[in-house]
Amino acid sequence: MIPKPFEYHSPQSLGDAVAMLQQYGDEAKLLAGGHSLLPMMKLRFAMPSHLIDLNRIPDLAGVSESGNEIRIGAMTTENQLIWSELLQRKLPLLVEAARLIADPQVRYRGTIGGDIAHGDPGNDHPALMLTLDASFVLAGANGERVVPASEFFLGTYYTAMNPDEIMTQIRIPVPPQGTGWCYAKLKRKTGDFAAAAAAVLLQMKGDTCTGVAIGLTNLGPTALRASDAEAALTGQPLTADAIEAAAQKVMAICEPAADLRGDETYKTAMAGEMFRKAIRTAMERCTR
Amino acid sequence: MDTVADQTERLGKLEGMGCSRKRREDPRFIQGKGNYVDDIKMPGMLFGVMVRSPYAHARIKKIDTSKAKAHPGVYAVLTAEDLKPLKLHWMPTLAGDVQAVLADEKVSFQNQEVAFVVAEDRYVAADAAELVEVEYEPLPVVIDPFKALAPDAPVIRDDLQGKDTGSHGARKHHNHIFNWEVGDRDKTERVFADAEVTVKQDMLYPRVHPCPLETCGCVASFDKIRGDLTVYITSQAPHVVRTVVGLLSTIPESKIRIISPDIGGGFGNKVGVYPGYVAAIVASIVLGRPVKWIESRQENLTTTAFARDYHMTGELAADKDGRIKALRVKVIADHGAFDACADPTKYPAGLFHVCTGSYDIPNAFVSVDGVYTNKFPGGVAYRCSFRVTEAVYLVERMIDTLALKLGIDRAEIRKRNFIRKDQFPYATPLGLEYDSGDYAPALDKVLAAMDYQGLLAEQAKKRADPDSPTLMGIGICTFTEIVGAGPSKNCDILGIGMFDSCEIRVHPDGSAIARMGTITQGQGHQTTYAQIIATETGIPASMIHTEEGDTATAPYGLGTYGSRSTPVAGAAVANASRKIREKARQIAAHLLEVAPDDLEFDLDQFRVKGVPGKAKSMKEIAWAAYNNVPPGMEHGLEAVDYYDPPNFTFPFGAYMCVLDIDRHTGETQVRRFYALDDCGTRINPMIIEGQIHGGLTEGFAVAMGQQMPYDDEGNVMGSTLMDYFVPTSMETPKWETDFTVTPSPHHPIGAKGVAESPHVGSIPCFTSAVVDAFSHLGVTHMNMPHSSYRVWQQCQALGIAN
Ligand SMILES: Cc1cc2nc3c(=O)[nH]c(=O)nc-3n(C[C@H](O)[C@H](O)[C@H](O)COP(=O)(O)OP(=O)(O)OC[C@H]3O[C@@H](n4cnc5c(N)ncnc54)[C@H](O)[C@@H]3O)c2cc1C
Repeated sequence: MIPKPFEYHSPQSLGDAVAMLQQYGDEAKLLAGGHSLLPMMKLRFAMPSHLIDLNRIPDLAGVSESGNEIRIGAMTTENQLIWSELLQRKLPLLVEAARLIADPQVRYRGTIGGDIAHGDPGNDHPALMLTLDASFVLAGANGERVVPASEFFLGTYYTAMNPDEIMTQIRIPVPPQGTGWCYAKLKRKTGDFAAAAAAVLLQMKGDTCTGVAIGLTNLGPTALRASDAEAALTGQPLTADAIEAAAQKVMAICEPAADLRGDETYKTAMAGEMFRKAIRTAMERCTR
Repeated sequence: MDTVADQTERLGKLEGMGCSRKRREDPRFIQGKGNYVDDIKMPGMLFGVMVRSPYAHARIKKIDTSKAKAHPGVYAVLTAEDLKPLKLHWMPTLAGDVQAVLADEKVSFQNQEVAFVVAEDRYVAADAAELVEVEYEPLPVVIDPFKALAPDAPVIRDDLQGKDTGSHGARKHHNHIFNWEVGDRDKTERVFADAEVTVKQDMLYPRVHPCPLETCGCVASFDKIRGDLTVYITSQAPHVVRTVVGLLSTIPESKIRIISPDIGGGFGNKVGVYPGYVAAIVASIVLGRPVKWIESRQENLTTTAFARDYHMTGELAADKDGRIKALRVKVIADHGAFDACADPTKYPAGLFHVCTGSYDIPNAFVSVDGVYTNKFPGGVAYRCSFRVTEAVYLVERMIDTLALKLGIDRAEIRKRNFIRKDQFPYATPLGLEYDSGDYAPALDKVLAAMDYQGLLAEQAKKRADPDSPTLMGIGICTFTEIVGAGPSKNCDILGIGMFDSCEIRVHPDGSAIARMGTITQGQGHQTTYAQIIATETGIPASMIHTEEGDTATAPYGLGTYGSRSTPVAGAAVANASRKIREKARQIAAHLLEVAPDDLEFDLDQFRVKGVPGKAKSMKEIAWAAYNNVPPGMEHGLEAVDYYDPPNFTFPFGAYMCVLDIDRHTGETQVRRFYALDDCGTRINPMIIEGQIHGGLTEGFAVAMGQQMPYDDEGNVMGSTLMDYFVPTSMETPKWETDFTVTPSPHHPIGAKGVAESPHVGSIPCFTSAVVDAFSHLGVTHMNMPHSSYRVWQQCQALGIAN
């Protein structure tokens, strides 16, 4: 419960932080909210010699709109997401999901950037980012690059980010007017990660699905996008049979790891269940 | 004078028994001004950390402490080798076994204590602990107690090889600890052979952990000059700790001071003596400096005192009308690697023999076998009296099973078997004598409050609808608890009778200080003991200071667990108060120049019978006790009482739970939970309600989620609060409480003890409800915990999950 000794740094600018990352290389870790990193350090699973705190760097937090895009600073906390009026209006999916993350204490400090950068398939934001077609702004020594979420999550705790890069911003296209949404998450208790969770964004005309995005949390080595299920639904009337067929396609791509939340069979079944719940709710929320 | 209003005002000022006086302890806790062991800081204090075994079973080939010792800031690294010359590498347990303080040649459970690193602070100690190099040779692991009894099972306790008797009689296998039998075996067999109906059910009460918010810890400080030892410790039984430390260290008890400061919950986890305490004390003696040791959460959850782990088989014999004729029980009790249960010496299975419950069962026989496995030791009473949760769970599950088999309503079958009011005091077939009870009216009150018939009708409708997404379950539990250990003729710990004590001193100004041998850990003793004294002596509760937990000042007592504080120490409080009142009567008579018999006690004064206005208040009497006592009387106004109860007390209750299960996810929603408790005389209704809420919440935790699972290699799974279920307010159902009052006839104020009943009673009630949700589909029992995952597996097995 006591981390290995480390050096603490508190850079005042992004440039300084990047320079420090370059200087200390593998020995360094960025510190955002600390709610994934510090537990790992206390268990001595992570033993960085240098901790570079991003909290003093200006302008890394906040939610704004730019054209048809929402821009969220990487250091924006879950609590700030929840209370952002802009998000409540334009990306209610993100607000609904953030409310289901951890507990109030964690949500006051934990950041969206940290949640994504950690690369933990148990975290909720990765699946949301896939569902929302987000992209990430990564700042490094050679300037910025923008990586789409679909190319970012490579494996458990393994992302497309280079060790000397810092995520500065999350960019999300605003879904069309009338889009239905839902994040359905099954957990054992407050403060638990998902046993299974499904995110759905849905557009409909009459009874027909004109567009759908489906993301899955904690059901594989990375967050998943259920493209087969999406393809099966798009252009189809959303009948009970169509939803069931899609649920089967959702479950087909699940490769959950067994743990005390349940075995593979249970988690896969729950993926189907969370998807059914999410798409039904999204349908109700659609303006057709 | 003497108007109703005047009486009411004086009664209000007194804040005696029966009023919901606010808790005296809360202002300091709410303001963060509590003083817990980890708040204790002493000059020159060092910090100790345990090096623990990653293996569940392994031989220790070599321990190299040189790197750790060389680490800057390290003062000592202790291993069994260092403790051997002091004969402290092993210590006696409260159950008559021995436990390794630091592993002696082998480890027998994961996270067992191997070495103790003492350094200038906890950070240095943690770093140095990593530098201790231990070479292990892994041995085969046995986790299942049934497999542990196989002829070729690995030997867990090499130190016991060749010993075929333990402290509780014969051992029939190298991993066997004891067999304990009670009841009439032959007669019970005969009744079973002739029975019209029999039922049999296997059930596991899983291994759980009390998980108090504050983990265990101590600060040991040996003063080399004065030769005395002070230990601040998270102990539910500080006096017992003093005696144990005295026995181990050979320091006279007069030179040992044990202080339990504020305790952040105990629930049985803080009764025993742990290796960390011994190591810290030895280190302090060796180094001549105070040494602090505080468990991490993981250490607490995986090394200090688990509870339960009872594999039980129950059988009932009955007639066709559901009248029970006999109960037969077989238990395989998994005690882990060392037998460190905290039970009265005579009872290796605690008070499990209360398992005939609230029912008039004429014949019974119980057999319990204790078994060693490669798990951490314990077997403590987690918010219950010794093994009572297990006993009540068993009988409540069995009567439900019998009801199902016979198609008799579960409330009705209970009523048919209840011990009637006129049968008390009631002798059970297993040798207990229940003091008082009135079971049927309690159950009727609950059935009416919950509209039981309405619930049954709703359930029938749901069951008839194949499309219903939820399954509805109704749980019933009518339990009898046994608390207040206990009569010293039956109950002792390490040979010390389980009496308890109180000492009261009334000061000249009429205020008082009272000290007891118990120790509060959330029960609110400071508040409630003062209420007893107030009613009994007439001194307002607000003028009474109560103090516990410091062996230098408090009278010897056996501590607080098993709901024994009110039944035992509370009786001592009442008796000591009465001694004071009697002396006060003599003084008042002297002051009023009348005979003592001419006086009557009236709330806060003695007054002359039939002479209005002629009275002396307790305040006046207290003053006189220091300057104007009757000739021949000693000055002062104080009393001591050591109370040895004539019997246990037997609180009871009737609980009902209604829940809905989502058959697609296995999630359970508790719709209503109604708890009626009868704890005899009620001292503070608000505190009772708080205790009941807490007990129900911990019962909910155990029933719905708590479990300490192991994998085949003996790794403890789920050793953090991410996996170990401690419900927050979000998960906790809304509780509805109710009561009846059936005083204990043998207790001075008729009180029985309450804080554990809700834990004991709610757990089988939840199982009853969950099983009931499936009972129309042929399910008779489901083992805890009733987590969504496990409930869903039941749905899946029945083909109703999709
Ligand atoms: C009890 C508990 C329950 C939880 N439950 C959930 C849950 O249900 N769902 C969920 O999604 N999460 C959950 N979490 C995780 C929580 O949301 C974390 O806050 C989050 O995963 C990490 O964000 P952080 O800001 O705390 O990052 P940190 O812990 O500070 O960092 C995490 C990792 O990301 C890196 N990092 C951080 N910021 C950046 C950046 N801007 N650029 C590059 N790298 C960066 C760090 O170096 C580190 O490796 C839980 C945590 C706890 C303690």
